[in-house]
Amino acid sequence: MSSAADDQFYREYILDHYKNPRNFGRLENPDISHEEDNPLCGDVIGMDFRVKEGVIEDIRFHGRGCAISQASASLLTERLKGLPLEEAKKINKADVLGELGIDISPARIKCALLSLKVLKVGAYGLAGDAMDEEE
Amino acid sequence: MAGRAQGASKLSLDVATIRKDFPIFKSGIAYLDSANTSQRPRQVTGAMMEYFEKYNSNIHRAAYRIAEEATVRYEATREKVRAFINAASTKEIIYTRGTTEAINLVAYSWGRKNIKQGDMIVLTVLEHHSNIVPWQILAAEREATIEYVDIDERGELLQDQFRALLERSPKLVAFGQVSNALGTINPATEMVAAAKAAGATVLVDGAQGAPHQGVDVRALGCDFYAFSGHKMLGPTGAGILYGRRELLEAMDPFMSGGDMIKTVRLEGTTYHDLPWKFEAGTQAIAEMIGLGAAIDYLSELGMEAIRSHEREITEYAYEALSEIDGLTVYGPPPSRRAGVISFALEGIHPHDLATIADRDQVCLRAGHHCAMPLMTRLGVAATARASFYIYSQKDEVDRLVGSIKEAQRIFK
Repeated sequence: MSSAADDQFYREYILDHYKNPRNFGRLENPDISHEEDNPLCGDVIGMDFRVKEGVIEDIRFHGRGCAISQASASLLTERLKGLPLEEAKKINKADVLGELGIDISPARIKCALLSLKVLKVGAYGLAGDAMDEEE
Repeated sequence: MAGRAQGASKLSLDVATIRKDFPIFKSGIAYLDSANTSQRPRQVTGAMMEYFEKYNSNIHRAAYRIAEEATVRYEATREKVRAFINAASTKEIIYTRGTTEAINLVAYSWGRKNIKQGDMIVLTVLEHHSNIVPWQILAAEREATIEYVDIDERGELLQDQFRALLERSPKLVAFGQVSNALGTINPATEMVAAAKAAGATVLVDGAQGAPHQGVDVRALGCDFYAFSGHKMLGPTGAGILYGRRELLEAMDPFMSGGDMIKTVRLEGTTYHDLPWKFEAGTQAIAEMIGLGAAIDYLSELGMEAIRSHEREITEYAYEALSEIDGLTVYGPPPSRRAGVISFALEGIHPHDLATIADRDQVCLRAGHHCAMPLMTRLGVAATARASFYIYSQKDEVDRLVGSIKEAQRIFK
């Protein structure tokens, strides 16, 4: 069995974001609100955005899921807060996986990218299946 | 095969000897996902390989020797299945790709002829998606209604509610012999008898029943019984629909094309006799030969000994898991469940547990187990699930407990 020191997958900061998710909750009267689920496990992530003059002024995420999907969402909201929407559009799969900084197995990639799907479909109206093709 | 079942009563299995027939265990995995798909012994893969290497050819067509051998061996599985489930005739044994196709066949061929506007179908919240979705599509098409039997807090069907629904004269009742997600063993014989007395046609989903308890379809009294080869040591792509002959004879084909016909003229076609009427196109020949070998293997062990072994290991696992702090086991007590244990860990998502277990080579299922309505009913998105079969041993349960404790240490 592996020890915490060589625990590449469940690094401290991933567990920290899982246990203490940043920007967790709901916004009142959000400008954009969108939810996506992972049909493999039934996990759900939703995001509320407040956008002012093209900038994501505030953001919250909600939902339930595994450490990977929750940490990924938490990390993404940190990055998105204060970012112009145009900049947010440039965030891609590699950015999200890079931010997680761990080796994600094919079985768990949908967990890691669920929050990005919420951003893409919700924030700028890409169809959900267009996102699937991108993967 | 002598020696795999121990003692004159054949009530226990010699698991160490059995495991030698499964080369995959040399890799060191603890395989706890047999409710998903079972492992396959050399006898099964060997029978399939023999077909490929010695008499590979198409069935029911050619006049040369190896094609005759292929046809004989392919059809021999039908008699093995008939005997295994105690059907009256091989005409009642329809080859399908699996349980899903078998249920779809009934939903299309029987359902579209018999379910009419306003008719009622009774299902249960325990069902696998394959025993829900085909009926939902049928009901939507025919403007029929579906009622679902609920469960109690132990995951057992509410029999009073079931009887009350039967009083409303449903046209069809369909339910699983054993729940794939909770392991609940339903009182199938009593339920079928009550449904038949109420005038319903009854389909039993035996995907989790046939491999572990076996079945006597005539004693059970159902009209249709569906199961999959790959959950009972056989290959994927080999499944069975049992149907009572008079029902099958009145049904139209599900798929059509080659091999299911008697004569085809430009003006029209006459269909083949049972069971081939429902078997269009080139079939899964090697797979069906493999399923025959799997049934031989199970029959040699004896279903009673298999059930007894599973009960022993399930009791052991149930106790070991119940002792862990923060762990919730779903479903009935071990005496009334098959070799399936669904559970949740406080603060740890099943997928994270499965990933941690995987690093210890423990193969554990995490997810909704194709039973999303049941997960909703339990108020969870997913569970972790350990399931057992003839080759499962206590040491694998101990390894699972180790992985759970490791997960709790990481997530503390």
